[in-house]
Amino acid sequence: MAYSDKVIDHYNNPRNVGQMDKASTEVGTGLVGAPECGDVMRLQIRVNPETNVIEDAKFKTFGCGSAIASSSLATEWVKGKTIDEALAITNTDIVKELALPPVKIHCSVLAEDAIRAAIGDWKKKNNVTETAGAPVAVAAH
Amino acid sequence: MSNEMSNNGVVITESSVPLPEGVHLPIYMDNHATTPMDPRVLEAMMPYFGVKFGNAASRNHSFGWEAEQAVEKAREQIAKLIGSSAKEIIFTSGATESNNLALKGIAEMYRERGNHIITQATEHKAVLDTCKKLEKQGFRVTYLPVQADGLIDMEDLKRAIDDKTILVSIMYANNEIGVIQPIAEIGKLCHEKGVIFHTDAVQAVGKIPVDVQKDNIDVLSLSGHKLYGPKGVGALYVRRRNPRVQISEQINGGGHERGMRSGTLNVPGIVGLGAACEIAMNEMEAEAKREIELRDYLRAKFEKALDHIHVNGNMDHHLPGNLNMSFVYVEGESLLMGINDIAVSSGSACTSATLEPSYVLKALGLGDDVAHSSIRFGLGRFNTKAEVDYVSDKLIDVVLKLRELSPLYEMVKEGIDLTKIEWAAH
Repeated sequence: MAYSDKVIDHYNNPRNVGQMDKASTEVGTGLVGAPECGDVMRLQIRVNPETNVIEDAKFKTFGCGSAIASSSLATEWVKGKTIDEALAITNTDIVKELALPPVKIHCSVLAEDAIRAAIGDWKKKNNVTETAGAPVAVAAH
Repeated sequence: MSNEMSNNGVVITESSVPLPEGVHLPIYMDNHATTPMDPRVLEAMMPYFGVKFGNAASRNHSFGWEAEQAVEKAREQIAKLIGSSAKEIIFTSGATESNNLALKGIAEMYRERGNHIITQATEHKAVLDTCKKLEKQGFRVTYLPVQADGLIDMEDLKRAIDDKTILVSIMYANNEIGVIQPIAEIGKLCHEKGVIFHTDAVQAVGKIPVDVQKDNIDVLSLSGHKLYGPKGVGALYVRRRNPRVQISEQINGGGHERGMRSGTLNVPGIVGLGAACEIAMNEMEAEAKREIELRDYLRAKFEKALDHIHVNGNMDHHLPGNLNMSFVYVEGESLLMGINDIAVSSGSACTSATLEPSYVLKALGLGDDVAHSSIRFGLGRFNTKAEVDYVSDKLIDVVLKLRELSPLYEMVKEGIDLTKIEWAAH
């Protein structure tokens, strides 16, 4: 498997590794994937209640280099975005940015799922009404 | 590190592990996949690429005689290593061909006697895929399961043999987990039942004592490049008496190899295979002892430094140079990525084209998550203790860093039972 320079960079220097307080109402947590599938991502966001801007994001990932890179990139991208802007990020954006080969596309799908799950969790905690097309739970894929 | 982005200090490959003196990168520790050729083997082969170019089947001149003599010497060298007679050795292009020839050749030859073949779940694909093909042709194949330690249960085998069984094919030692099957016992049972016993002995020959008489083996596959010989050459041992085994040829042509495998002989390759067998015979005992020490040392270093690791496969019936370990909560491909100056293998799905984790590890009953975390170390003749030190230190370093990144490891450390979580299967 040949990796793109960007995947290698994220693997070597993963951004925003860590965890935030799951119980905090400002924090949304998305845990997606499954150990038996070989990848599990946990992505967390901290949202400013006044502005709905994602001020911080953290992740931890069990998975291949492409899964680590996809989730690391996702944390970078969501930071500074509003909830609605973050929901506009799609897996194809991630595939393009990291030059993922077809066999690794599921890693990008998982990262998109993680963003949506984290936002969904935050919305649930804060009783935010759903905007159209923003699923709360992770769809099986 | 010039990168100014926030990474909380986690840097995977920037390693503090020093390179010991005399160690050169990359390190090759994947000797079940292939072995480097021994320089003494290459030396023996060289003349047969040049001035000694004759066709071993040319009966009328000295060029042919010279080639034939070299081939017959190699036949003796191989026979001596496995305790057969030289006449019982047939040259092939490698173990895949040997396995195909053995299974298809026996199935075809003995079809009137029966249509049942027995093999096991952890065989190499060269055996499993050949069996699948034979099933399409009307043969019935039993795939025996293995126990949690990788060994077959002799009672399962006894029960599986029926009056239509013509062949049992069980590998000598496994290429992933290094487990050695009870070959002599299997052979004895087959002989009692009048069933032909074939073994794919690719990983065993030259590494541990293999004796077709003591082990009651009727047909045996071996390969050059797994024992420090050249690629593209292998052999099939076919028993000539007690019982005499007949094989229907799969390649037709000039009637070479007593009609069982036509095609001009690969003389340089065969010379190399012979030389490799002779070296292995002379050095096996000391080399096996050395590799066992290195392997145990490698394992001990991991066990001292890391928690949540375990060894795959029975370690009492085990190849000297093999160690298959799971570094749980770390995915195998990401681990390989962090040790990219070391050549080892992983049972992770992400390293396979099919996105399925190793079927061998799954056959042991390991969860997919553990299979995803497995690394196979294949120690060989040219690995040194200094290399083992570097490999273990580097691997420990990367495992610790990837565990900092692993949500699973964090959850387990917090006392969460991962089996109780409802994962979104995908």
